[in-house]
Amino acid sequence: MHVVACHDCDLLNQFPDKAAATLLCARCGAVLYRHRPDSIDRSLALTLGALILFIVALSFPFLAMKSGGFVQETRLLTGIRELWRQQLYGLATLVLLTCVLVPLGQIAGLLYLLAPLKWDLPAPHAIRVFRLLRHVAPWGMLEIFMLGILVALVKLGKMATIVPGISVFAFGLLVLVMAAAISALDPPLLWDRLDRRR
Amino acid sequence: MSSPPATARQLGLLSCHDCHLLATAPTSAAHDHLVCPRCGAPLHERKPNSLARTWALVVAATILYIPANVLPMTITSTLGTVQVDTIMSGVIYFIHSGSWAIASVIFIASIFVPLAKLLILVTLLLTVQFRSHWHPKDRTALYRLTEVVGRWSMLDVYVVTILVALVKLGAVATIEAGPAAVYFATVVVITMIAAESFDPRLIWDALEEDA
Repeated sequence: MHVVACHDCDLLNQFPDKAAATLLCARCGAVLYRHRPDSIDRSLALTLGALILFIVALSFPFLAMKSGGFVQETRLLTGIRELWRQQLYGLATLVLLTCVLVPLGQIAGLLYLLAPLKWDLPAPHAIRVFRLLRHVAPWGMLEIFMLGILVALVKLGKMATIVPGISVFAFGLLVLVMAAAISALDPPLLWDRLDRRR
Repeated sequence: MSSPPATARQLGLLSCHDCHLLATAPTSAAHDHLVCPRCGAPLHERKPNSLARTWALVVAATILYIPANVLPMTITSTLGTVQVDTIMSGVIYFIHSGSWAIASVIFIASIFVPLAKLLILVTLLLTVQFRSHWHPKDRTALYRLTEVVGRWSMLDVYVVTILVALVKLGAVATIEAGPAAVYFATVVVITMIAAESFDPRLIWDALEEDA
């Protein structure tokens, strides 16, 4: 048995050490532990998949719009560059952070954490990297950007023909794979394996 | 399990915000510079200045919410005519064109969620401040909801980003981001930080201290 304090109401809960279940706080119902089988292997594999999909999404055409004789082709970063050109520097930076840099950083960070654990290699500052990952997690907003693509398509669908590129499909898959990679993580297991005091 | 169940604070334990390790708090008043022995995060019994910080951020977000809704979100130029759209006129446009699903997605993400989030945070702040005992479990659930749902308000900012990228058809049509986009993005960022700085354990502290 071990004791966990609830992060939402501070109640001390006593849980069995190896529980293959989801454990809830007895008082406020917060999820305190979710069992994740083969957590390290699974999240490592999914993170590698996410990396490949992200590279594809960044390097191929994203959307093309045809209207009259004009064709406008865009890439993932075109919108950010356009906001910058319109002197909305803060907004451009925010979109770049939430849709590109934070998710890429999450992928890089996860690889840095998980690969050394899998093959027993040293990883200096791994604990600091994991803390950082937990703090930036809410700021990765790929899935919201994906919904934004759908809304923009409906909005423009009436005035022009929109041709989705390879990049959009890669991006859609990336959203799913990234979510799966993060939910496959088992944070208590990772903290325990990274604990240098042992 | 010992009864009645105890909280970490009652037993003089500190729970790490980052790695959830339970650490023993020293009895001296030197609580200021404690760090987690496992992950190195600063340890606090409760998030520092939680109420004051959250209030300040909620007030700031409420003020910025006004220009975000009144000023134009996009400025569309088509063959010499210029059309200015706010968030709400975008929703109305979709209702008129029959896209009910998209209209409701934008309305929920851009108007309902930010307002509901501000109202929930104000409710939580007031009930904690007045040491209310009212439905602590439901209030904690409301807090978790604001944490999960708040990010989705970024939707409209992304729609604008994609629109400005796509609609640059030479002299035929262009879309520019309006000033509301900046205010709106700021509201989303500030309310996310506000939810993060609120400590839901304060909801339960009043119950224990008055018991």
